[in-house]
Amino acid sequence: MDKVIMAQDLSLSYSNNETIINKANFSIDSGSFIFITGASGSGKSTLLKSLYGSLKPKQGSLIVGGVELRGVSNSKLNFLRRHIGIVFQDYKLVKEWTIEKNIMLPLIINGYEKGVTQNQVDSLLKHVRLKHQSGKYPLELSGGEQQRVAMARALAHNPILILADEPTGNLDDYSSQLIWNLLEGANEQLNTTVIVVTHNIPRNLNVDYKHYNIEYGSIHEVV
Amino acid sequence: MKSFKNHFSLVIALVSILFSIQIFVIVDRTMEAYKENLANNYSIIIISQKKLQDQEILDQSELISRVTELSADNVIERLNSGITEKNKELLKLTLPKFYKLNLTQYPSPSQIKNLRKKLLKIDSIKKIEDFSHNHDTTYKLLLLFKTVVFVFAIVVFVVTTLLIFKELRIWQFKHNERMSIMALFGAPIWLRSAVLFRLAIVDAIIAGIITFGLFIYISSSPLIKEQFENLSINIVVFDLINDTAVLFTASITLSIILALMIVIGHKEEV
Repeated sequence: MDKVIMAQDLSLSYSNNETIINKANFSIDSGSFIFITGASGSGKSTLLKSLYGSLKPKQGSLIVGGVELRGVSNSKLNFLRRHIGIVFQDYKLVKEWTIEKNIMLPLIINGYEKGVTQNQVDSLLKHVRLKHQSGKYPLELSGGEQQRVAMARALAHNPILILADEPTGNLDDYSSQLIWNLLEGANEQLNTTVIVVTHNIPRNLNVDYKHYNIEYGSIHEVV
Repeated sequence: MKSFKNHFSLVIALVSILFSIQIFVIVDRTMEAYKENLANNYSIIIISQKKLQDQEILDQSELISRVTELSADNVIERLNSGITEKNKELLKLTLPKFYKLNLTQYPSPSQIKNLRKKLLKIDSIKKIEDFSHNHDTTYKLLLLFKTVVFVFAIVVFVVTTLLIFKELRIWQFKHNERMSIMALFGAPIWLRSAVLFRLAIVDAIIAGIITFGLFIYISSSPLIKEQFENLSINIVVFDLINDTAVLFTASITLSIILALMIVIGHKEEV
């Protein structure tokens, strides 16, 4: 099976030089569903940031989608990011754009045609049950609705990899279930690799998943 | 309303800058016209014992633009009390020659001093009247006016620079988040900054149009025309082609520099 992520002796730290992840070795198969857990401050979000290139490895090697992220150029990083869908804990929606335009963002960046873009956005808005709110701005929506928009945006361009940081952290049951269903759907139907950082793994998932735990800077698979 | 607010702050800052630029251009133009007026009205009189060739005088300095020999008839007319025609002719021959020198520009006191030295090298020139007292007073007034304009320009520069930097901070705050989000989805730098540049150019054009309208109104105002007429100065307050080009170029250049500084200073949040 193809590896979508490969890490060898990967060390991550911020500018204060405190090592967050220390010489980690792991690889993730294409099309797998992964949960990453760990105590607060253990480095879950830091690891996720390194996977989309916001934090460059200090030591070791990290290859995502065939791109070595240590010392990666901006153009290669942009290329990689165009094939990744990211869901942030704080949604990161563009406040001055309507939710429709927010969902369109990865499609515009990837150069989709206008007609295709509109169809895809309409379809996603239906999936996240927000069709009737398409003209609204993010701040006019509830937290759960904003997270559903962020989810739709992450799925819009059919990415090879979805990275989700606590996607259901502060959501009600209805919105949480909708998010899990979408992630499961992308994984099962489109063979998208899904990596979710979370405190709690939901019990009613219908997909096979792998579980990694971060503790004291090390990453271990939980069997 | 939201869109209006987005444009308002930069447009106002730009209009202030463009307004200051055009005011400075008008003041500068007025100064030049005033100097030209002074130069036209100012002349030096030289008295020579014998007739001189114009070129001989012109060769002394590039500052001299024209030499006119003054007729002795006026002087003789004043003495016209029973002098015969023959004596008049004799008197004409014995009288020294008077020349009026017009200059290319209104000279500084040191330029007059130098010119005086050069002219006195011609042996026949015995006296030079440069009206130095009147000239010095006018020249000092001109210098004072120039200094005031220069101080005004410095103040305008400082204020507009502060305005630009204030605007820069607002823009950085306003656009950073969107640019960071777009970067996270792999948008190349030109796409991330496209909105910023579009906004900058649109605002620059709006500011240019507002300032253009303002100065068209000012230049046709009877009050302003009257002020210049009182000073006997005839200047173009707003040159439709040149000034419009300067205003729009300044406006667009400033906005693009502003946008570029934001793009260069943008750092992705980690």
